[in-house]
Amino acid sequence: MDVQAWTLVIVGLSFALYIGIAIWSKAGSTREFYVASSTVHPVHNGMATAADWMSAASFISMAGLISFMGRDGGVYLMGWTGGYVLLALLLAPYLRKFGKFTVPDFVGDRYYSRSARVVAIVCALFVSFVYVAGQMRGVGIVFSRFLEVNITTGVVVGMSIVFCYAVLGGMKGITYTQVAQYCVLIFAYLVPVIFISLMMTGNPIPQIGFFGEMKDEPGVRLLDKLDGLGQDLGFPAYTSGVRATADIFFITLALMVGTAGLPHIIIRFYTVPSVSKARSSAGWALLFIVILYTTAPAVAVFARTNLLQTVHNTPHTELPPWFHNWERTGLLTFTDKNQDGRVQYYNDTNPAFTPKAEAAGWKGNELRIDRDIIVLANPEIARLPDWVVGLVAAGALAAALSTAAGLLLVISTAVSHDLIKKIVRPDITDKQELLIARVAAGFAVIAAGYFGIRPPGFVAEVVAFAFGLAAASFFPAIVLGIFNKRMNREGAISGMIAGIVFTAAYIIYFKFINPSANTPENWFLHISPEGIGSIGMLLNFAVAITVSWFTPPPPHEIQDLVARIRVPRELDPTA
Amino acid sequence: MASEEKQAAYWIANRRIVFSLLTVWFIASFGCSILFVDELDRVRVFGTPLGFWMAHQGSMWIFLALVFIYVGLMKRLDRKFDLHED
Repeated sequence: MDVQAWTLVIVGLSFALYIGIAIWSKAGSTREFYVASSTVHPVHNGMATAADWMSAASFISMAGLISFMGRDGGVYLMGWTGGYVLLALLLAPYLRKFGKFTVPDFVGDRYYSRSARVVAIVCALFVSFVYVAGQMRGVGIVFSRFLEVNITTGVVVGMSIVFCYAVLGGMKGITYTQVAQYCVLIFAYLVPVIFISLMMTGNPIPQIGFFGEMKDEPGVRLLDKLDGLGQDLGFPAYTSGVRATADIFFITLALMVGTAGLPHIIIRFYTVPSVSKARSSAGWALLFIVILYTTAPAVAVFARTNLLQTVHNTPHTELPPWFHNWERTGLLTFTDKNQDGRVQYYNDTNPAFTPKAEAAGWKGNELRIDRDIIVLANPEIARLPDWVVGLVAAGALAAALSTAAGLLLVISTAVSHDLIKKIVRPDITDKQELLIARVAAGFAVIAAGYFGIRPPGFVAEVVAFAFGLAAASFFPAIVLGIFNKRMNREGAISGMIAGIVFTAAYIIYFKFINPSANTPENWFLHISPEGIGSIGMLLNFAVAITVSWFTPPPPHEIQDLVARIRVPRELDPTA
Repeated sequence: MASEEKQAAYWIANRRIVFSLLTVWFIASFGCSILFVDELDRVRVFGTPLGFWMAHQGSMWIFLALVFIYVGLMKRLDRKFDLHED
């Protein structure tokens, strides 16, 4: 069997599994549809959360990003895992005790206000739509690269699968497909890396191997070798940092707080049976995420070393087959600037290196590499069997589909529960609400598919927006709602609006109105638009606390509500 | 009322656990891996610069440990105050 046949078989089998789960787990009530009746085992919820969280970007792009950033790539590693500490310690157990269905539910009830609920609905919808468009695009790209169908066909196939289990099963169907998808994606991520780690370092554990010595050159550490290879071509040492400390600090903070404020992650903790299980479930989720996230920097190091060793100054005709395969996809492009038939790959933006390059007769960097190739081409670079390539395709699809489904559920509940049931038509029955939820999920799948086929040009730009907005709106409102009994409606709403307006204005200015000014000299306190959500969050806290001092305290029943969510179980008053 | 005092004491103990664990969280990530990463990189453990290791591995393993320590400490606290669920 060739690569395509293997890919078809493995992807087909994984899809059959997801559809089987969908039929088995059809939801019969809104409680099943929204929170899987709160009966999910904490380990299963941990796996589902990990699959929900790890998107096409985590699976396909992250290792590549790190491999070109070196030590600075730690912003993504820490930013996208550190948020789970905040989630576990500050949010998950209390929201589980609160025990409703959505994030706008908490904001609306805690701040006894329809306006607060509406602000939360708008944020939840915006954040989730931005995210889901990117996932559908990811599905289309994987299909087109591995199965050579066009992107539209790929997106339509992906949409139909998600439609099956999200619309039929709601949270229940999504949870158990996500468990299966986690298993597929982590297996697909680890298998090639373990082989490569064995080949390059002799150690099967990549997390340890990439700090060790090289198999081919005993006594030489892989990281030292990589630092040297890069510096010989004018790049900064891999283990050193380039970006300003303040920027790294605030981007990491914004990613962490944004992670903890993303509605599709928060609602997963409503699905477990108890407060203590919500806590342990956050731990399991982080374990399953950390398995992939600690492997990614090893992938980055192996791939970059391979690339620098095999490609630079090699005649184009003598390059291995994977190079020519991926050149056809346009992810690798070689332009022979000095017409010597060899590939020169070096840092042509480093003025200190220019004399050396000129002396060697090089006329600029001739290789352009898309960062996605680091994971996608990994099995071929390591000459692994064809079925491994099919496995990576199935893993990437699992990552994209699982995240898309979680987001679609947030969109459908925001419409059927938060908007229709809580604001527009409170008198509808459970059956009617369930039907509206299904219809809303159906429309959301179609809208997401449309954006996947015709992506608005600004998708990449607005992902920073999603995190910044989640950081500047939900996180402070929820934390204050739990930890500050005195926090009232006026404080929370003005805080959220201040945070959102500031963050949105900063990002819109630098990304859309005046992109040419988007340079470190013009940034506020040297903070890039990616990190500005941190400042928006601090502003939200400051405004909310100040306003709440000058306005009346929340009513008694709200203070009682806060007292109740702070304890796992009510005390018997007679005891 | 006794149960209210008990709840208040539980909340104070709960906050103490949360804030001490978040202090470690801050030191591991923002301290060791960002603010003082260059200083730590001068220290080499088994030949690896320590700051780089913290940024690419250590901080994530510390996060994981923190959450499980939190789960354990809270389980004990719930029992001590007779607020456990099962």
